[in-house]
Amino acid sequence: MAGGGVQKGRGPVSETYAPVRYPLLVPAWAVLLVFVAAPVAMMLVYSFLTKEFRGGVIWEFSLAAYDQFFFDRGLFGDEPPRIEWTYITIFWRSIWQAGLATLLSLLIGFPTAYFIATRPKDTRAIWVFLITIPYWVNLLIRTVSMRFLLREQGPLNDTLLALGVLDEPLRLINTNLAVQLGLFYSYLPFMVLPIYAAVERYNFTYSEAAADLYATKWATLRRVVLPAVKPGVIAGCILVFVPSLGAFLAPDLLGGAKNFMIGSLIEEQFKGNAGNWPFGAAASMILLTLVLIALLVATSLQRRAEGPR
Amino acid sequence: MSQVAEIAVDVQNAVKRYGDFTALKSISLGVYHNEFFTLLGPSGCGKTTLLRMIAGFEDVTEGAIFLFGTEIDALPPNKRPVNTVFQNYALFPHMTVLENASFGLEMLGKSRAEAKARAGEMLELVQLSQFASRKPAQLSGGQQQRVALARALAPSPKVLLLDEPLSALDLKLRKAMQIELKHIQRETGITFIFVTHDQEEALTMSDRIAVMSAGELQQLGAPREIYEHPQNRFVADFIGETNLIEVTISEVADGRAKCRIGGGHVIECDAPGQASGSACLSVRPERMVLSAGNASGIAVPARVVENIFVGTDIATWLKVDGGPEISVRISNSARSTIFEPGANVFVNFEAGAARLLMD
Repeated sequence: MAGGGVQKGRGPVSETYAPVRYPLLVPAWAVLLVFVAAPVAMMLVYSFLTKEFRGGVIWEFSLAAYDQFFFDRGLFGDEPPRIEWTYITIFWRSIWQAGLATLLSLLIGFPTAYFIATRPKDTRAIWVFLITIPYWVNLLIRTVSMRFLLREQGPLNDTLLALGVLDEPLRLINTNLAVQLGLFYSYLPFMVLPIYAAVERYNFTYSEAAADLYATKWATLRRVVLPAVKPGVIAGCILVFVPSLGAFLAPDLLGGAKNFMIGSLIEEQFKGNAGNWPFGAAASMILLTLVLIALLVATSLQRRAEGPR
Repeated sequence: MSQVAEIAVDVQNAVKRYGDFTALKSISLGVYHNEFFTLLGPSGCGKTTLLRMIAGFEDVTEGAIFLFGTEIDALPPNKRPVNTVFQNYALFPHMTVLENASFGLEMLGKSRAEAKARAGEMLELVQLSQFASRKPAQLSGGQQQRVALARALAPSPKVLLLDEPLSALDLKLRKAMQIELKHIQRETGITFIFVTHDQEEALTMSDRIAVMSAGELQQLGAPREIYEHPQNRFVADFIGETNLIEVTISEVADGRAKCRIGGGHVIECDAPGQASGSACLSVRPERMVLSAGNASGIAVPARVVENIFVGTDIATWLKVDGGPEISVRISNSARSTIFEPGANVFVNFEAGAARLLMD
């Protein structure tokens, strides 16, 4: 079909390009190699090396980093190994902190996205623009502002006290809630935008059909709208959960020492002379594995949601 | 109908305005129980708006809508015991055919088993049982159409609303579905309100037709009545083919009018009471006969311009001497005489063929 419309699979046209197909792929492969494969490979190698005390590594194979992560062998390393809960606890905390931040983003982001997608066509762009404006400001500045907002003599507490809602200021700073709020605020647009795109493509005749078939508004949302926009919801959750899991600004600035998360733990290993590069690399590899598992679960859910085509 | 038929849907002075645009200008009509009722009109005439008002997707600006005597215009769509077959079917893409068909019953609080059983029966009615576990995207347009029908029929609605349900199908499939829809309507005894812009479809399927234009009801009646006795120029022109001939009424006596057409020829026809001045005659092309001589003495002389072969018929275009062009349909059979272009002929109007329209 010379000059035909849609090319399906490897039609005659792609055969025409066959001799140059691989040369054309070189830039893409090069980018992936330099910016994805090489850093990950480097981390993987470093995680199996011996630490140098002033930062850096000694090129000698060692399982010490992973051993330190999972096992406690006492102060001098001569006791029988017990499970080391410190880092597992940090990981576990990070997962549920990121999970709660994702949930919060979903609860706020979904109605927001739905609202924007149901505005008249010419005003939607304005709403999307308004959502993204705060994100032109550096993340660090925004997180510090959040700290200022939430502190004991900050605007939030002052307002609530002045309104008589509270008798004494809320202790928000250095709590889990503050971290979740920080993460939520950091990544909200990543939830709103994919859901907005999905709802905008959604055909509202389905909602009319559901109402016509006696579905209440809630049943329509649950049985018809949500399944249709599920790919957008899953994409939004991944885009918020993954960076939240490795974030260190919000936990550092809003959570304090007690609410340490993976991001901060890894950051510390590479900062100044006190760090432990192999340990930081090992923690990164473990985090990467967890994220990959989460992504695999999410994509298989997504595939099920989309069903056969 | 010997006894007074029950009215299923009663629309009373319904008005629909969008801002300062009036989509429906005070429509009143009654749809009988068990009737196949069609809303017919060109796009933008308000027929779909009226259907959506009955379904509950559009609110009624003024007036009222009753369903078997109960006012429903303030109820949300999910509280109205009517169901809709949508123009593009609107089948839920993530549900199977069976799940689609049982959705309404489940929402009505029926148990899953009961809903599935009834939905299965409906799929049998539309001959799609073997596709129950497929997704809509795996079906052809005609099959999706049937699923939409089964889904809307499953909750046993009091009235079924159909919004141009056949417009996306090709001609052959459309013809087959027309007959099937009619059968299903008879079999289930449910009142159907059918929206279409296709006059032939309306004539084929309906018990009664409401012809609409520019947000107004033009005429309401049985297909034959609308075809044979159009009340105005719009209806005459919209339904079937017709010749609209401008005339001046010269004389009215005993319910008959003498109408003068271009060239000074006179055509006689039945006249409504107060006919006078200028008007319009509607004459269906198949209600005229051509002859070589003027045996009756009242035939109109004309010259053949062109013959167009259309299969079952031959459409002959004529120019009346000093008057208008008219088209006559001659059945394509051995008994018909075909006159060659250029021939001088006489046009004979069958009794009642010419209908006088005053607007």
